[in-house]
Amino acid sequence: MIGDWLDIGPVTQIEPGTARTLPVEGGEEIAVFHTMRNEFFAIVNLCPHRRGPLSQGIVHGDVVTCPLHNWNISLRSGQALGGDEGCVPTIPLRVDAGRIYLLRAAVIAPREARAA
Amino acid sequence: MNATMTIEAGGSEAAMRQRLVVIGNGMAGCRAVEEILARDPQRFDVTIFGAEPRVNYNRIMLSPVLAGEKTFDEIVINGQDWYDDNRITLVSGDRVDHIDRDNKCVVAASGRTEPYDTLLIATGSDPFIIPVPGSDLEGVVTFRDLDDVDRMLAAADRGGDAVVIGGGLLGLEAAHGLSLRGMKVTVVHLMPTLMERQLDEAAGWLLKTELERRGQTILTGANTKQIHGIDGKVVGIELADGTRVKADIVVMAAGIRPATGLAKAAGLDVERGVLVDDHMVTSDPAILAVGECVQHRGLCYGLVAPLWDMCRSLADYVTEAPTGFEGTVTSTKLKVSGIDLFSAGDFSGSPGPDGELCEDIVMRDASRGVYKRVVVRDGKLIGAVLYGDTADGNWYFDLMRQESDVSDIREALIFGQAFASGGALADPNAAVAALSAEAEICGCNGVSKGKIVSCIEGGAHSVDAVRATCKASASCGQCTGLVESLLSITLGGEVESGPKTMCKCTTFSHAEVRRLIVEKGLREMPEVMQELHWTTPDGCASCRPALNYYLLCAWPGEYEDDQKSRFVNERLHANIQKDGTYSVVPRMWGGLTNPRELRAIADVVEKFNAPMVKVTGGQRLDIFGIRKEDLPAVWADLNAAGMVSGHAYGKSLRTVKTCVGSEWCRFGTQDSTGLGVKIERMTWGSWMPHKFKIAVSGCPRNCAEATIKDFGVVCVDSGYELHVGGNGGIKVRATDLLCKVATEEEALEHCAAFIQLYREEAWYLERTAPWIERVGLDTVKAALFDDPDTVAQLAARFRHSQQFMQDDPWAQRASGDRADLHNHIATVRPLEMEMAR
Ligand code: SRM
Ligand SMILES: Cc1cc2nc3c(=O)[nH]c(=O)nc-3n(C[C@H](O)[C@H](O)[C@H](O)COP(=O)(O)OP(=O)(O)OC[C@H]3O[C@@H](n4cnc5c(N)ncnc54)[C@H](O)[C@@H]3O)c2cc1C
Ligand code: SF4
Ligand code: FES
Repeated sequence: MIGDWLDIGPVTQIEPGTARTLPVEGGEEIAVFHTMRNEFFAIVNLCPHRRGPLSQGIVHGDVVTCPLHNWNISLRSGQALGGDEGCVPTIPLRVDAGRIYLLRAAVIAPREARAA
Repeated sequence: MNATMTIEAGGSEAAMRQRLVVIGNGMAGCRAVEEILARDPQRFDVTIFGAEPRVNYNRIMLSPVLAGEKTFDEIVINGQDWYDDNRITLVSGDRVDHIDRDNKCVVAASGRTEPYDTLLIATGSDPFIIPVPGSDLEGVVTFRDLDDVDRMLAAADRGGDAVVIGGGLLGLEAAHGLSLRGMKVTVVHLMPTLMERQLDEAAGWLLKTELERRGQTILTGANTKQIHGIDGKVVGIELADGTRVKADIVVMAAGIRPATGLAKAAGLDVERGVLVDDHMVTSDPAILAVGECVQHRGLCYGLVAPLWDMCRSLADYVTEAPTGFEGTVTSTKLKVSGIDLFSAGDFSGSPGPDGELCEDIVMRDASRGVYKRVVVRDGKLIGAVLYGDTADGNWYFDLMRQESDVSDIREALIFGQAFASGGALADPNAAVAALSAEAEICGCNGVSKGKIVSCIEGGAHSVDAVRATCKASASCGQCTGLVESLLSITLGGEVESGPKTMCKCTTFSHAEVRRLIVEKGLREMPEVMQELHWTTPDGCASCRPALNYYLLCAWPGEYEDDQKSRFVNERLHANIQKDGTYSVVPRMWGGLTNPRELRAIADVVEKFNAPMVKVTGGQRLDIFGIRKEDLPAVWADLNAAGMVSGHAYGKSLRTVKTCVGSEWCRFGTQDSTGLGVKIERMTWGSWMPHKFKIAVSGCPRNCAEATIKDFGVVCVDSGYELHVGGNGGIKVRATDLLCKVATEEEALEHCAAFIQLYREEAWYLERTAPWIERVGLDTVKAALFDDPDTVAQLAARFRHSQQFMQDDPWAQRASGDRADLHNHIATVRPLEMEMAR
């Protein structure tokens, strides 16, 4: 059970309303978000529009506004919202006893997740 | 399971009975037995083991016992007579150590062995002790049973300081009790919001403010590093940031863990809790489990209401009329006298299974300290947070549990049951029309309905006009909706819309928000949102940066800048580029530079492999392609050569362009370069409504393009012409002449005064050009010059605020400040899935 999940450290390392990054050698960088409503999400750190670093956007509710051209991306589904179209892969995440875990299989294969 | 339940025919009554052994004499264990007895008193011979040396009591009432509002006797649920009357054997003060599934018996610490046909595990939870040095010192206690309460009461008798680690329900109830008992209490909470699992930021802020008002110290975002002791006894705690807090007692209330040790050792399926099905049966059909120790459909519960449902389902099952427990939403109240707080369901705003979006409905009443938020999804209420007025909590909770369709009462939902079920009154206009002329609409300014109506009939045809004429809704804004109703009742369709509101989160315009922040002395963002009745819980990407600026401008040196409300460039103090790297522009005062600076820039370009370095349109050099992790190191190198941030990224002073002026130029009339440097030294670092550019030209040939800048100086023989409101960007606008002055000192003073006026008056993201177009040059001139003292006063306010702004942000980051914004969490190497930190 635990073996399927990768422990990436304590919840306190990400201030609510911000995100931090997790580069993956040979894969796409992951952005891990902590929202102001105390939820955590992980998505690939690339905007479906023109690959903007979503980790650097302003977070409101469960949405991040891309810093490059203000697309709004749902952290929950990875979908672009409003009139925009596109989707970024999400990585299953869970929080247990104050630590954040990512689904191991999805961490190394976010590229495939997008293809799926 | 049924096999073990089959009752043999014949034999004595006692021999017919199955043996039910219960581990745990707590709330769920005893309730389950009660439920079974109510259905079939003859079925079992019951033995209950309890580690605590006492009868079954109401654990949730330990808080009132601690606070002195109840005694232990008053919270007993089942006294010894209950056990006797029902022929239950209570083995109290004896902990079960072992479950022997092969021989179907349990073994207790005393050695007592008890065989079972059916076993019920109801061991509850264990308090979570955060693993820091000193957590085993004497004086570190938990809050779970009566012994803990006794320990806290003994400490309180001696008086002194208490630290409570954990600002959740349990921690705050402990803190309240200890503080009523006369201790000086500090609550240390890891998260930024108190009770973050039950409350949103807005309600958490109200709660924190109230607890502080009552004398408790609340430290949020506080990570306990160590507990200090002397001679094995606790004396204080130390936080990760080095803060120390004195403590004679430390209460650990950082969370609970399902007590699964016994079940795990017995080989039952256990994840976070003991796994059970809808009938509370574990992976062994002869063993049931109930209460906080179980995990049902992926969830562990920490409140009693769902446990009661579990006990019902369990009893139905063992008495062969299975119904099943399907999980439930929970609600929370805080048992702290005088604080009304209610939270239920899901208020995170998550979309439904088919992507249905959530809608927040927020109502705030600042004068009564009320905040209410309900979350509606797909026509159903799915969550609620109430602070200050919880009268409708149960009604909302019922609507949630019954999954009622609330579409028809959506408009009135937030006003509560009385209003929403008022039939015709559910139409807000009808409700307002029914009010008498004397009814007070605006509580802040004491304005009646009649007065507002006559004011509308007298020509005030918009909310704004009403605010201006009779002050109604001009203060806290809570009655804006009522005023709007009165407008549409009185005028029919002819209501004029006022100036645009700041964003969809508020009914106020930028100007009103700015005025009210100052008038009402609002000092924090959640306070603004509460007092001005924001209709969203935490604002949006457009109002948060604006509020952050308005607060920064209103309370220099006092307001703490909110990094999460800043656009990435201002958060990382560099300009983001299309590939996600950053550009770095160090300040070159007045466009001047020297070999040391140029060498440092050249070195940085080489050392960090910057792909490009370019001369900007603002007379300085821009280094491109720096990664966010490398920014602090780049800045450290530039700082070492004496350079500071150029704020090429900020809603702030950008550049002061200069020309060579009288120092070299054959036409120069004054030292334009020198004045430009002085102006830049005075103004750099200042946050503004939008970016701000300055230029100083040495003569009317104007080589520094001063007449398309926000503030431009054109030197002439007799002095300095000061120009304002220019823009060379999207919509070119030449400056207006503000005035002419004779000396450099006056030029500087007027520059400071004009900037401060702009900082205090303009709306966020409004540059000087559109600002002056909107208010008119005459208004700006009047504001500066009608009163002979104003220029000096504005300039003084500007200089005061600059004291706090001219700390180079790069130097702070280079010294390690906010490293979390720059560094990766770690790097994942997929081969071994190792984390390199
Ligand atoms: C680097 C530079 C271009 C260059 O290579 O020379 C530049 C680059 C950008 N300009 Fe500019 N502007 C630069 C001088 C100018 C000038 C010329 C000047 O300052 O004398 C103007 C016209 C003058 C003016 O502002 O009135 C100018 C008018 C704009 C505008 C339009 C502003 C307006 O009010 O209409 C924008 C868009 C905005 O601010 O919303 C803009 C926005 C930008 C942004 C920030 C676009 C963006 O949001 O990413 C570019 C950032 C690039 C970067 O990462 O560094 N830039 N920009 C110049 C930096 C000057 C400096 O040293 O700080
Ligand atoms: C101070 C306080 C305030 C609370 N306030 C509220 C509230 O306002 N609202 C709300 O809904 N909930 C509240 N709760 C939570 C609520 O009390 C619990 O959800 C509930 O008590 C759980 O019931 P349980 O039977 O699972 O566990 P418990 O009531 O803890 O019972 C478990 C019992 O099992 C015993 N035990 C454990 N292991 C063994 C063993 N091996 N052998 C023998 N005995 C054992 C324990 O000693 C304990 O007596 C509060 C809790 C506390 C501590
Ligand atoms: S004009 Fe300014 S904003 Fe436009 S591309 Fe050039 S630098 Fe970017
Ligand atoms: S790259 Fe994200 S909005 Fe354009």
